[in-house]
Amino acid sequence: MSHLLEVKNLSVAFPTEDGLVQATDDLSFHVDLGETLAIVGESGSGKSVSSMAIMGLHNPKSTQISGQVLISSLGHSTDVVTASSEEVRRLRGGTVSMIFQDPMSALHPYFTIGNQISEAWLLHNDGTKADARKKAIEMLDLVGISDASNRVDAYPHQFSGGMRQRVMIAMALVNHPKILIADEPTTALDVTVQAQILKLLKDMQHEFNMAVILITHDLGVVAEVADRVNVMYAGRLVEEGSVNEIYKNPVHPYTIGLLASVPRVDQAHGTRLKTIPGQPPSLISLPGGCAFEPRCEFAKFVPGNLCKTTRPQVEEKHTGHLARCHLSAAEIKAHQ
Amino acid sequence: MSENILEVSNLRKYFDISGGIIGRKRHTVKAVDGVDLTVAKGETVGLVGESGCGKTTVGRTILKLYEPTAGSIIFEGEDITKYSQRKMKPLRAQMQMIFQDPYSSLNPRHTVGDIVAASFAIHKVTPEGGVKKTVQGLLERVGLNPEHINRFPHEFSGGQRQRIGIARAIALRPKLIIADEPVSALDVSIQAQVVNLLDDLQSEFGLSYLIVAHDLSVVQHISDRVVVMYLGKVMEVARTEDLFKSPHHPYTKALLSAVPIPDPTIERSRERITLVGDLPSPANPPTGCVFNTRCWKAQDICRNSVPAQRTVGTSTVACHFPE
Repeated sequence: MSHLLEVKNLSVAFPTEDGLVQATDDLSFHVDLGETLAIVGESGSGKSVSSMAIMGLHNPKSTQISGQVLISSLGHSTDVVTASSEEVRRLRGGTVSMIFQDPMSALHPYFTIGNQISEAWLLHNDGTKADARKKAIEMLDLVGISDASNRVDAYPHQFSGGMRQRVMIAMALVNHPKILIADEPTTALDVTVQAQILKLLKDMQHEFNMAVILITHDLGVVAEVADRVNVMYAGRLVEEGSVNEIYKNPVHPYTIGLLASVPRVDQAHGTRLKTIPGQPPSLISLPGGCAFEPRCEFAKFVPGNLCKTTRPQVEEKHTGHLARCHLSAAEIKAHQ
Repeated sequence: MSENILEVSNLRKYFDISGGIIGRKRHTVKAVDGVDLTVAKGETVGLVGESGCGKTTVGRTILKLYEPTAGSIIFEGEDITKYSQRKMKPLRAQMQMIFQDPYSSLNPRHTVGDIVAASFAIHKVTPEGGVKKTVQGLLERVGLNPEHINRFPHEFSGGQRQRIGIARAIALRPKLIIADEPVSALDVSIQAQVVNLLDDLQSEFGLSYLIVAHDLSVVQHISDRVVVMYLGKVMEVARTEDLFKSPHHPYTKALLSAVPIPDPTIERSRERITLVGDLPSPANPPTGCVFNTRCWKAQDICRNSVPAQRTVGTSTVACHFPE
């Protein structure tokens, strides 16, 4: 059976004056209907770049893309990387939709929110402006904006951050997409509002039976909503598994370090945080071996100079639990 | 109880919003409305709340970057509330600030050496062993390569820039540091490094910190006591362990329950209080208890009378019906 979305060996690179920036490198993953996949990583790990590639938003003139992004819709699958811009436009906002981190800059300040939601609907449906307006009111109501029939004529600046994010969600869902990409949807919001928006996203996922790809750096948010997790580092997938496997039984040294360095409210006060030494590498001319090797505490357990010289491949360490590391799960456990 | 380095009582800071062509005063935003807080010597106090609650304004008013509207600020027994900027200057050597954004808080045209050394020039101090040596020592202390003294801020990453900001803040050996969201612009793995650095510097130099932050997990980690603010007022003050174990104010309770815990089993099994609605506008705050519009325990008294600070256990709570 084919997956709803399948990314195969996706590499995205940007040529710059200083050299080629390899933003994602040989990235493969898939998503199925009804599930939530979280993509986690720090700034520059390639999580947003890969979601832009799924939406076909990279400018072919300034970007080098290779690999495949296959989206199944109505029985046939389209490769976003090679498809015509007309085909991609039909998918974008229809089958695949996206919400962004900053709802202030993602909404147009000159147009009413009703206008903007209607436009998204009219692009993919035959109907009159009155139908579109009705649809906009219905969607606003669904995402929890009270008095939707009056608020539909309001401008973005008349809404708070949390309400704007609700408007964005209404706009993204107006054409009942199969895949919703949420790029840091709650990062700009306060925690109490974040809780409201995460709940809304879950409710909407059930309502429309969508796949959700959640891109975030917040491991707390991931623990709350994800079914499966992809951990990225320096443009590469380093670990993939179910949310329980990733948190309870991480097998990649980066994931282990990342989980240990997060302060937690349920932890005893005054304990010292574990850190990952050093900093993420530059994405221009990464060394030939493992990208994490300079910061890795486990590299010394690998015989020879393998981590420096040879790039590890993605391997299955447990059933359904993949990682890109020369060490086996048992070896990692023994040295932990 | 040890001696307090900072005592703030009934601090108020109102901003007038004017409008129209003649600039007539339209209304007043009560950004900080009667805040009491103390910081003891060597203590770390966390000041938390959501955006717009006035936490940053409190920090800036204490440093007299804003003129307080009312109240008093006592720093090391000296009432600085009415001090002019000129009179403040010698004190600024003893109270420093670390800013949130390591990109905009460093002058892009100055070298790192100049940025850190500026404190010495402004306060006309010549450190022992010369300025350059001292600056290099400071850079090394915060974990940067001392040979990078002639580099410019853009040559450093976000975490390294925050370290430069910290080196600048500790250059004059201050007694109090007010840090406004010191790690919120940083990635998780870098955040932990900076948090540990702040910890080490505190024990090494006997610093007192007032940490202004919205991230409760970070605050829980570094603070001895926590002050929770909402809409310009203090809701609860408690020792960190007590606050996180048994919050007494309904707002604190809701805030804590909204913080996700990075553990799927715990996260999916715990009870969550989802507050309805948004923060009301500080230009037009609710009457009575400012939290009453979002509180599930609110009754008539909450809408009519402002709750006084009362002691519950070891905490101070401003609520008519504390938990």
